[in-house]
Amino acid sequence: MPSSTSTLPVKKIEKERKITQLPDEYEYDSSDEEDIRNTVGNIPMEWYRDYDHIGYDVEGKKLLKPQKGDQLDEFLDKMENPDYWRTVDNKSTGQKVLLSKEDVNIIQNMQKFKNPTGSNMYEPWVDYFSNEKMIHPISNRPETKASFVPSRWEMLKVSQMVHALKMGWMKPSREKTVQNEEEENKFYMLWKDDQESEITKQYRQYIPAPKVRLPGHAESYNPPEEYLPSEKQKLKKEAARGKPRLIPTKFSSLRLVPAYANYIRDRFERCLDLYLCPRQRKVRMNVNPEDLIPKLPKPRDLQPFPTTESLVFRGHKGIVRCISPDPKGQWIASGSDDKTVKIWEVATGRCIKTFKLDSKVKSIAWNPNPSLSIIVIAIETCLILINPEVGDKLLSSKTDTLISSFEEVEPQPDKPKVSEWNVYEDKEYEEGYRLKIQHQREISHVTWHGKGDYFASTLPKGESKSVLIHQLTKRRSQNPFSKPKGLVQCVLFHPIRPFLFVATQRYVRIYNLMKQSLSKKLVGNCRWISSMAVHPGGDNVIIGSYDSKLSWFDLDLSTKPYHTLRHHTKALRQVTYHKRYPLFASASDDLSVIICHGMVYSDLLQNPLIVPVKILRGHKAAKGLGVLDCQFHPSQPWIFTAGSDSTIRLFT
Amino acid sequence: MKRKRKFESGAATAFITRNQALRKLQLSLKDFRQLCILKGVYPQEPKNLKKATKGSGITRTFYFTKDINFLSHEPLINKFRQTKHFMKRLTKAIHKKNQDAIDRITASRPKYKLDHIVKERYPSFIDAVRDLDDCLSMCFLFATLPTSFTVKTKSVHLCRRLTVEFQHYVIIAKALRKVFISIKGIYYQAEIMGQTVTWIVPHKLGYQQPSDVDFKIMRTFVDFYTTLLGFTNYHLYTLLNLHYPPQLQLDSEKTDTETKCLKSEAVEEKLAAMTQTLKTLVSTTEDETDIDEFPVSNSEDPDFIEKAKIESEKLEKFQKLFTGKKFFLNREIPRESITFIIRTFGGEVSWERSLALGSTFQETDESITHQIVDRPSVDKQYLSRYYVQPQWVFDCVNSQMLVPVEDYFPGVILPPHLSPFAKENEGDYIPAERKQQIKRQQGIDSGVEEDEVEDDDQEEVPEEEDSEDSEVEEEEEEEEEEEEESEQDSEEEEEEEEKKPKKKKKEVKEKVVTPKRPQKKKEMAVTPGSVENVNINRKIQKQVAEEKHLAEMMIPKKKRQIYERVVKSQNKRDVKIKELKDKRKQINRRNKLSKAGGD
Repeated sequence: MPSSTSTLPVKKIEKERKITQLPDEYEYDSSDEEDIRNTVGNIPMEWYRDYDHIGYDVEGKKLLKPQKGDQLDEFLDKMENPDYWRTVDNKSTGQKVLLSKEDVNIIQNMQKFKNPTGSNMYEPWVDYFSNEKMIHPISNRPETKASFVPSRWEMLKVSQMVHALKMGWMKPSREKTVQNEEEENKFYMLWKDDQESEITKQYRQYIPAPKVRLPGHAESYNPPEEYLPSEKQKLKKEAARGKPRLIPTKFSSLRLVPAYANYIRDRFERCLDLYLCPRQRKVRMNVNPEDLIPKLPKPRDLQPFPTTESLVFRGHKGIVRCISPDPKGQWIASGSDDKTVKIWEVATGRCIKTFKLDSKVKSIAWNPNPSLSIIVIAIETCLILINPEVGDKLLSSKTDTLISSFEEVEPQPDKPKVSEWNVYEDKEYEEGYRLKIQHQREISHVTWHGKGDYFASTLPKGESKSVLIHQLTKRRSQNPFSKPKGLVQCVLFHPIRPFLFVATQRYVRIYNLMKQSLSKKLVGNCRWISSMAVHPGGDNVIIGSYDSKLSWFDLDLSTKPYHTLRHHTKALRQVTYHKRYPLFASASDDLSVIICHGMVYSDLLQNPLIVPVKILRGHKAAKGLGVLDCQFHPSQPWIFTAGSDSTIRLFT
Repeated sequence: MKRKRKFESGAATAFITRNQALRKLQLSLKDFRQLCILKGVYPQEPKNLKKATKGSGITRTFYFTKDINFLSHEPLINKFRQTKHFMKRLTKAIHKKNQDAIDRITASRPKYKLDHIVKERYPSFIDAVRDLDDCLSMCFLFATLPTSFTVKTKSVHLCRRLTVEFQHYVIIAKALRKVFISIKGIYYQAEIMGQTVTWIVPHKLGYQQPSDVDFKIMRTFVDFYTTLLGFTNYHLYTLLNLHYPPQLQLDSEKTDTETKCLKSEAVEEKLAAMTQTLKTLVSTTEDETDIDEFPVSNSEDPDFIEKAKIESEKLEKFQKLFTGKKFFLNREIPRESITFIIRTFGGEVSWERSLALGSTFQETDESITHQIVDRPSVDKQYLSRYYVQPQWVFDCVNSQMLVPVEDYFPGVILPPHLSPFAKENEGDYIPAERKQQIKRQQGIDSGVEEDEVEDDDQEEVPEEEDSEDSEVEEEEEEEEEEEEESEQDSEEEEEEEEKKPKKKKKEVKEKVVTPKRPQKKKEMAVTPGSVENVNINRKIQKQVAEEKHLAEMMIPKKKRQIYERVVKSQNKRDVKIKELKDKRKQINRRNKLSKAGGD
């Protein structure tokens, strides 16, 4: 055994030994009697390292350290002494002690963390503290004083508690819990008087939560079969992201219905909705869509108007740009991109005459005077007047005499000529060409005055000379404006009074020709005006624009549109009024012509009535353009339309 | 005069963000949330965000400043603070492992009562009844939940007790109106004091507790809801002169000897069984109140009283739907729901004694009229009673009459279970079974209905014309359907007659079309002319459509958006309805084929 074993186990061992030797209980009661040879007590023995003695005995004499050999002796001892391994030093006396066999056993057991004495598990049970009452106490130890003197503090505490119990401040714990539970779930008549306290009334802005949507047939455990989704729909629903959706399923009996997996989550979400969602009162518009449609007379009651396509005039080889019916309605002239002007008979749809020209026809206008037969054609930079020589011979000869009766007047030298009038002769005269008016710029539009003597041409690039007014009988041209007025789109004469309507890109200006002044400026809320038409009464104007709007202006009412119609989906190309019936039409690139009923009342207080009555379709798309021109028949409720598919159609 | 500054009045001060509210009330977010739930305060959405946020325009959760001021006076806040302190003490004791202190401290846990909040949120009783939907659904859910760390046994017990009490009230007041088995659970709708109250009870047990559900929030709701439901129950019981807490009419002491559980538990179980009636405070004989005839000056509807009388008679009849019937439930039946329904409508219910407490008679009882069975076949059958599947009970209630039993025999393929809550506005899709139900209610009972419907559909099948045409045709067919359904006799003959002319028409059409093609051939030939077949209906339809289109063009810009939205939603609905109709047709055709194949 190495000498490094600590003192403590040794002491214990000694104790044990003493127990076995001395059964006297008082023998080991005090630690002083442990080792009486050395009286220094339980101190670290290192303190005596440098001294010869190791302590003092009972009588106060020094205890001398026993003789200790050097290391050689130690070694020899180790080699020779067979009991060397179980010899230990007694630190307090410095003597060597030989451990007995039992002692070694105990130490070995302790090192193995076993019971030191090597317990016998089946030792007889000694019932020290049995339930039997013995007459003698277990120990002879006298009782402490505290054990029989009552505690003062306890007494105070108890007296306090007793007082509290008496006063009812304190309750026994069991009674307390029962009462608490009872009180917790004690219900009583809460709504004795259904009155709201003032404070809550003041604060309540409470909107009750909306109720949960009630289930329909699809949620049934056994729904009608049409509510069951097909395989494809099922897959789609399952794959759908977001909230898991309920997929209708059919169970053959109630027994087979499982618990709904999302039930708790559903309720939880409802809870979240209840306390996290802002609530708002929303007025749900329960509108019948029929009520939103304005009450207008039915188109059936507004007849006549053109309804069906009855004739197609074929013959042109290019886009038909413009058409113009003759004032009696027997003929119609059309100008096309194939550099021809054709005269057609309305009743049969036959082409009577074809005039060949040098370039594409931009505009064409038949003289509105029924006693004349003149057509004015705009091509590039010149206007050409022709006598179509169709119909009444007398009429055409009368026209010729009117044209030839012109006598040259001395031109005023100080005024520069705005245009040059030329006369066709010989062969060309035979063919019907009569006059040619050379302009300086390209002409886009030409129009006649109602009387048939004046006509006006529009030159968009003419700047200050963008509008020219010509007089047929005097072969004279004049420029009404001294300043450029913008990009002029078209001009029109007032049917009755001496007014001129000039449509620029955005505005329509109305000039009084007599006073030579601007009388009105109409502001159409559109980007680019394409066309304009004046009501035969003269008080209403419609303009069509490239941004697919049609605006109706009532000149007596305001300079802003009275009504704007957005019926077309593409740019408007032409708008026109009927001379006799309350109709107007608009032609657009979306291949449709919309006929509207536009009644103007003589009573000034009554606003015009506008009702769309018919959408005419028939033209086909070609070259990115649709219907380019539309003109009403002068006397019948018929309409001619010219399209980019090189046909003219008559709707009756 | 004080100068007016920006953001010192109006929206800027009317709203308060959540964080500001927390700071003002000096509460943690958790407590604030709880307070909001209990007091029923919800966030608000300011109309003008820019103004409410004092110009920053950042979206936040807003509350009314008024609401928060109101919350600040709540005595509960004090309790929250006490709880906070209590928790501190408790955790300290726990960490010190001072068991004595732990016991002492836990005994003094601060408790709060919500009575005043109930009264405050629902100043009148009718308000409380109106808001009972969510309350009932939650309580019914919690009554079936397994207890766990978050779901306390006590609240589960309380929920169970209160729901049973409520069901007893419904039974005695005969307030149940509609029932519906959905995939989610069973819906009940009752009419209490003129208010419809709908709640859902989940199917069976066996939940998987979802991990992403915060049970603390649910628990707070349940705390409030149990208080609300308790007071409501008390009020309802007192209105009916019943004992509260409920007591059974029969003295149950005799039977107590049989049971082996605690006496209190046995009473509870028996109450939950719902087979016995409750004790009333005053023994009153049922006095039927007639509607007194007041000289009502309701000039609009002269027979207003008559109508009301008829209505009340109808209701009375409906409430006595199962009176005199004796039901026996097999053990596979969801006992509670079926018992509840049958007892509400006056029937008597029992089950095997070994199954649960509260059974009143045995299977061998000869006076049993119906036995409810949910298995394909029954071994031992009594001749004196009908064996029906549970859906029969539900369908009877929904159609307010005893539905023929034949369709519900065990092992029979059940007719579809329809929702009584489905809206039936004009133009909505109504399944054929529902139509049949309505007819039954009106007294025109017809057993051959289904076959007939199929016949109609078959007739529809061969008519496959232009797509445009088909829509028009459909509507006509519907009309035909209805007509034919009313006149049942000599129906087949008519059908055949109708088929013939249609076929002829087709032939004629083909003839009309054919002459156009051979025009290119220059052979001279004269084909016999035929009368031009002008489809007037179609023409009129087209004209009407065009007129409508033209009229639509004249809708002013302001109203156009609304109009387009309405029309869009209508179209959407129409598409759905059409889909359903098509599916139905297909199914009918398939059924017919399979039937023919079977023959």
